[in-house]
Amino acid sequence: MSTLEIRGLRAGVAGKEILTGIDLTIRSGEVHAVMGPNGAGKSTLAGVVMGKPGYEVLDGSVTLDGTDVLAMAPWERATAGLHLVMQYPTEVPGVMLHDVLAEALTTRGRPTAELDATLRAEAAKIGFDERFLDRALNVDLSGGEKKRNETLQLAVLAPKIVILDELDSGLDIDALRDCARRVEEMSNQVGDDEPLGVLAITHYSRLLQELQPDHVHILANGRIVESGGPELATQLENDGYSAFAGEADSDDADASASALSDLFSI
Amino acid sequence: MSTFTPDAVRELGGGWSEFRLAALDRFAAAPLPTPDEEIWRYSRIDQLELDRFVPATCTTTIDAPDGLVVDAEPELFPDETPDVFAELNRAFMSPVVIAVPAGRTVADPIVVTHTIAGSGTAVFPRLVIDAGEDSDVSVIERFVAADGADDDTALVVPVLQVHAAQAARVKYLAVNEVGERTWQIGNQQAVGERDSTTLLATVTLGGDYVRARTEARLSGQGGTTKQVALYFAGGTQMHDFRTIQDHDAPHTSSDLLFKGAVQDHAASVYTGLIKIRKHANGTTAFQTNRNLTLSEGAWAESVPNLDIETNDVKCSHASTVGPIDEEQRFYLESRGVRPEVAERLVVLGFFEEVIAQLPAGEIADDLRFRVSNKLDLTGARKELAGTPS
Repeated sequence: MSTLEIRGLRAGVAGKEILTGIDLTIRSGEVHAVMGPNGAGKSTLAGVVMGKPGYEVLDGSVTLDGTDVLAMAPWERATAGLHLVMQYPTEVPGVMLHDVLAEALTTRGRPTAELDATLRAEAAKIGFDERFLDRALNVDLSGGEKKRNETLQLAVLAPKIVILDELDSGLDIDALRDCARRVEEMSNQVGDDEPLGVLAITHYSRLLQELQPDHVHILANGRIVESGGPELATQLENDGYSAFAGEADSDDADASASALSDLFSI
Repeated sequence: MSTFTPDAVRELGGGWSEFRLAALDRFAAAPLPTPDEEIWRYSRIDQLELDRFVPATCTTTIDAPDGLVVDAEPELFPDETPDVFAELNRAFMSPVVIAVPAGRTVADPIVVTHTIAGSGTAVFPRLVIDAGEDSDVSVIERFVAADGADDDTALVVPVLQVHAAQAARVKYLAVNEVGERTWQIGNQQAVGERDSTTLLATVTLGGDYVRARTEARLSGQGGTTKQVALYFAGGTQMHDFRTIQDHDAPHTSSDLLFKGAVQDHAASVYTGLIKIRKHANGTTAFQTNRNLTLSEGAWAESVPNLDIETNDVKCSHASTVGPIDEEQRFYLESRGVRPEVAERLVVLGFFEEVIAQLPAGEIADDLRFRVSNKLDLTGARKELAGTPS
């Protein structure tokens, strides 16, 4: 069993503090949803945990099974068992999915002989057209195909903990269902393979209709302002973020709430 | 005392001494170019010490079907020369002439290999590809260092002449793998008649200073040319390209894709001109030059130019110079790919667009391997010396 622990994490970009103190613990088999409006710090949280360049960590710690994640390069974090499913998967012209996964498995000391067969089997599970397997990474793929491609890589690499950065953005309902169900399946798996721990970062609750969270956290102004069970997502659906945002910034509750509702007028 | 003398011409033999001596006279009468001239801007031409080299006959092997390689005649070589080096080539040239009869399709690529001996020699290969009406031919011209001559100085002054007659289809690829102390100053000139299709491709990995001026002129309506190049300079190498897409007839189209990388203290120059003459209406012309700078001390220059004399054209150019895309690198690293491997994959991916267009299926893997090996990745070079995946 694995545990990702985030303690008192403060981080920012270009001298501006965005995360003002995050505490989260994700264990194998658990699904945590972190929900928040635009600008709450969701993508910063994903980027900082995975080591994306451009973010500065100001304070706090991130550990995976007790090992300091923040001291590792991104590739070391990946081989240690962390994985990031990106909101906007990067197009890498001329670089084939197969080659990247073969290198990624080799770094982990895992065999590559079965990679082709695994890719095909996993592609079938999530409705990813086999002909896309021979394309350069994410090049000429639709939004939905890119997210299927991300989910496919997740399934092949089988990490301990995954961060889903807005898996649902740009997805049609069929692709959302295919991808979310595969993640759900990995988080429930029994037997030799450890079940996947999931940190699902999302703006909308529709992802959570397919991917059942055990814990829901509300992120506003760089802080977790409320944590609870799945019922919290329902409450959020009914009341909107403004009901929670006040707690994040009690000194200026009105201004904060109205600013957020402007941002979040869906 | 110049080594490029009438006596040297006579000593080399090669025939047509009158023709050669006249060219030598014209060469001697003209000054050597300097970087003050726009077409030589950024170049290292002022570092050339011509008289350190001794003219020699080029060692060339040809792998071609019987009957296609014909005798050279002076009439084959146009009077106009683009610069003094092409003129010097006329005086000392070692010519190879490939003539493809009308209607003939040559199944396999013809391979012409020049082996550069070094030892301070100057060689002047000239390749003529004369493709008859509705013929189809691919030619690969390779410039390689002789065994043990890798560290020798040499000067190579090649000229390529391509003539594609009506509806002919010509694919040409130059592969430069000369030694790292060799200078190469080349000229490529292609003329495409009505409905012809010409590909001029160049791969440059070797040399100290390597310059290629590559000019594709469309003289007949409905003609098409494509120019592509892959260049990768390391150490203190400099790769220098001047391209011309010359539309001299209506309804012609040209496309150009030059992709280069520089690392260490290497440099590269790309200067391209699209010229669309007044009567070349209904023309399309595209020009793309992209450069990766892989080290702080490396330098790449990209200068696109347009000269358009008519309105009825579709024309665009794009040029970029910059390091490896940070997002691409992070994406691969976030999958658990080591940084040096990620960089190798991204650079090979960058060049793949060019490699895919080369008329050389069987040497594509070899080229990927060479590019991969050349990448100077700290501590990773030995580890990556195996076959690329």
